[in-house]
Amino acid sequence: MSKLNLSRRGLLKAGAATGVALGAPLHFVKGAYAQDQMSCNMPTGSDVVFGFNVPQSGPYADEGADELRAYQMAVEILNGEGDASAISSFSGASNLKGNGVLGKKVTYVTGDTQTKSDAARASAQKMIEDGGAIMITGGSSSGVAIAVQSLCQERGVIFMAALTHSNDTTGKDKKRYGFRHFFNAYMSGEALGSVLAEEYGKERTAYHLTADYTWGWTQEESIKNATEKQGWKTAQAVRTPLGAGDFSQYITPVLNSGADVLILNHYGKDMVNSLTQAVQFGLREKQVNGKDFQVVVPLFSELMAQGAGSAIKGILGTANWDWKLDNAGTKAFTQAFGKKYGQPPSQAAQTAFAQTILYADACERAGTFYAPEVIAALEGYEHDGLGNGPTLYRADDHQCFKDVLVVQGKDDPKDKFDLLEIRKIVARDQVTYDPSIFGGDLGPADAKQC
Amino acid sequence: MFGNMTGKDWLLFIGFTIVVLTAPIWLTPLGAAYPALMQKFCIFAIFAIGFNILFGLTGYLSFGHAAFLGVGSYAGVWMFKLFSMNVVISTVFALICSGLFALVIGYISLRRSGIYFSILTLAFAQMMYNVAYSVLTPITNGETGLQLSLSDPRHLDRALGVSESIGLPRTSFFGIDISGGGMPGFYFCAVLLIICFFLSIRIFRSPFGMMLRAIKSNQMRMKYTGFNPKPYLLAAFVISGLYAGLAGALMVATDPLAGAERMQWTASGEVVLMTILGGVGTLVGPVIGATLIKYFENIFSAFNENALNVTFSFLPADIRELIVELASLFVGEGWFLTLGLVFMIVVIFLPGGIMEGVGRIKALFSRKKTQDDAAQGSVVAAE
Repeated sequence: MSKLNLSRRGLLKAGAATGVALGAPLHFVKGAYAQDQMSCNMPTGSDVVFGFNVPQSGPYADEGADELRAYQMAVEILNGEGDASAISSFSGASNLKGNGVLGKKVTYVTGDTQTKSDAARASAQKMIEDGGAIMITGGSSSGVAIAVQSLCQERGVIFMAALTHSNDTTGKDKKRYGFRHFFNAYMSGEALGSVLAEEYGKERTAYHLTADYTWGWTQEESIKNATEKQGWKTAQAVRTPLGAGDFSQYITPVLNSGADVLILNHYGKDMVNSLTQAVQFGLREKQVNGKDFQVVVPLFSELMAQGAGSAIKGILGTANWDWKLDNAGTKAFTQAFGKKYGQPPSQAAQTAFAQTILYADACERAGTFYAPEVIAALEGYEHDGLGNGPTLYRADDHQCFKDVLVVQGKDDPKDKFDLLEIRKIVARDQVTYDPSIFGGDLGPADAKQC
Repeated sequence: MFGNMTGKDWLLFIGFTIVVLTAPIWLTPLGAAYPALMQKFCIFAIFAIGFNILFGLTGYLSFGHAAFLGVGSYAGVWMFKLFSMNVVISTVFALICSGLFALVIGYISLRRSGIYFSILTLAFAQMMYNVAYSVLTPITNGETGLQLSLSDPRHLDRALGVSESIGLPRTSFFGIDISGGGMPGFYFCAVLLIICFFLSIRIFRSPFGMMLRAIKSNQMRMKYTGFNPKPYLLAAFVISGLYAGLAGALMVATDPLAGAERMQWTASGEVVLMTILGGVGTLVGPVIGATLIKYFENIFSAFNENALNVTFSFLPADIRELIVELASLFVGEGWFLTLGLVFMIVVIFLPGGIMEGVGRIKALFSRKKTQDDAAQGSVVAAE
């Protein structure tokens, strides 16, 4: 028996040794790639890989689908296969020659974030390790964007955030490898506050329904601060789970709360559901405190307006961009997008497109894919012509600063793409803030091997 | 000490070890040989092996096992934040926490059996999910998920003067990076999987395992022979909770972020699927089931219409469009449909899971062999 035991042990040892022996060469192979000026997934062949990590299922799936359209269009333009007129008025257009990026053809991998942090990170890991992505972009939820951004920082891969509106993304959770073109909740509050006071008066009491995650929390806070500055009171703020579907249990208590404004801090399908239900409950016909009851949706988009249908009429909110804006960049992009897909782009598509173009442009200007230098090229970059007017990528927090739109649901839309009306364009200076108010630390820009 | 393990068991164990450690080689042609996915294979295999100890041996179907996975994850991340980036500390603490939760939940849920037990565990798990999602947000950080930050205290690391890299630190096993997507992360999970598998064989072959099987076959009879099944059941429940906690700890060791979604009922359901798909009550079945489901999830969900168009580009345009249209239902976000179909086929035709299929094929060959032998024998006799 003991003899047998010995041989078993021997076998076990041999097994372990085999494992180590098998693992060892992989370790050396990894080291062999390490050279100066190499960052994670720098292309060595004739292709460079981008990772498009968007929600293809879940409450933000519509936004994700439109983002993907914009990404595909951007890739075609970069490779010289698409309609380059879309970026004709971009201030950095001369850097993009239509031969890929730095002469390397752009290919891409896609993944589904499912609007869940875990799934999004798994998908991003796959892109980095299996797909060889040098840059990851996408996300239609701030929770997801923050989770993926911190993964990218850890791996040394640049993350160009698309649809994320939470203050935290470039505030307390900002990262050196993460960049955001989209505006944030603070800017929405600043832009919306004065318009709300003009429109509905200064003697108002607001009731918040808030999506229960980082974006909802920061938006609630920012809108609360902005409206209270105008003299409004806040009756109550109630958190609702993401993707709830049925909001009736949250809407019924609103009327008995003494509030005369309902602020819906919801986005995507959640907002479509909560707004539709609020209207069906007859909130907007009610009179409270001798005033007409009002509903406000601080962040909304054309896609959500389509979902909400007639419920959107007269509702005030803010947007990052709208295809009806009157500037050369917007017109060029909208026309090219319309020609390709037969519909105008949403703001999600526009920010996704801009982020891809800005990354490619930064690589061209840096003359390399080496991440720390690309980051340096993006930081403090002042550009124009992508549709948002003059835009600054602030170096302190990697947030883009540009004009913010206050929009309102149209009363008599011509078609389903003409649902929003631009009420006011709030100038960039008015929404610019001190980066230190949100805290956070960008962290280092050191290159990582992977 | 290993008296009750037969030579066959040792062979199985050694074979299993070799297969797991060589995974980076044989997974390469399947396009799955990257660390993140291989780590998942190991982690979910551990989860399923643990679940199988409860479900496979005692027949008690828990619908809330993801709760322990979540507890393990949160406990692990808190250890990284408060004490040290060493994965040993986080894993031990995760095991303690998930064990305690399993003890409490098991003690209450095991007062009932059958469907009532399943519903109780489901209720507990759903409760814990909701608590993690929106009530205990200071501890769990809600939907965003619990993450490391630069300003974490990490008392032990600081006290010991562990040299800190700039930026977020990586989890490590005494200096070897575990997170960050390297192969050490995979080998760490793989070694733990092998240990877990070994323990599972030991449990299956021990008198304790026999008791658990006795509970499954007839609890009443067991009571009449003078055994109280409760302590055995509770022990099995806690052991399987520990396995789940270990899986949770490994998830955060390889990627230090704990989200509430991993406690959702779908995650609990997934491990049931894995175990049934592979073969309930078998040793290797759960591992095969977990690997298959995770593989399909990663490969099929990443396919999109573009990829399909490229795959079928040899066909004429009309037929291609039709096929791509049809096939796209089953890939990308529709991969659940594929999973559902595979699962139905397995359950209908192979109720014992894939392992039953393997057994049938084996039986087919051995029967053929014996028939051949018999035929030869008769020929010899005729001569």
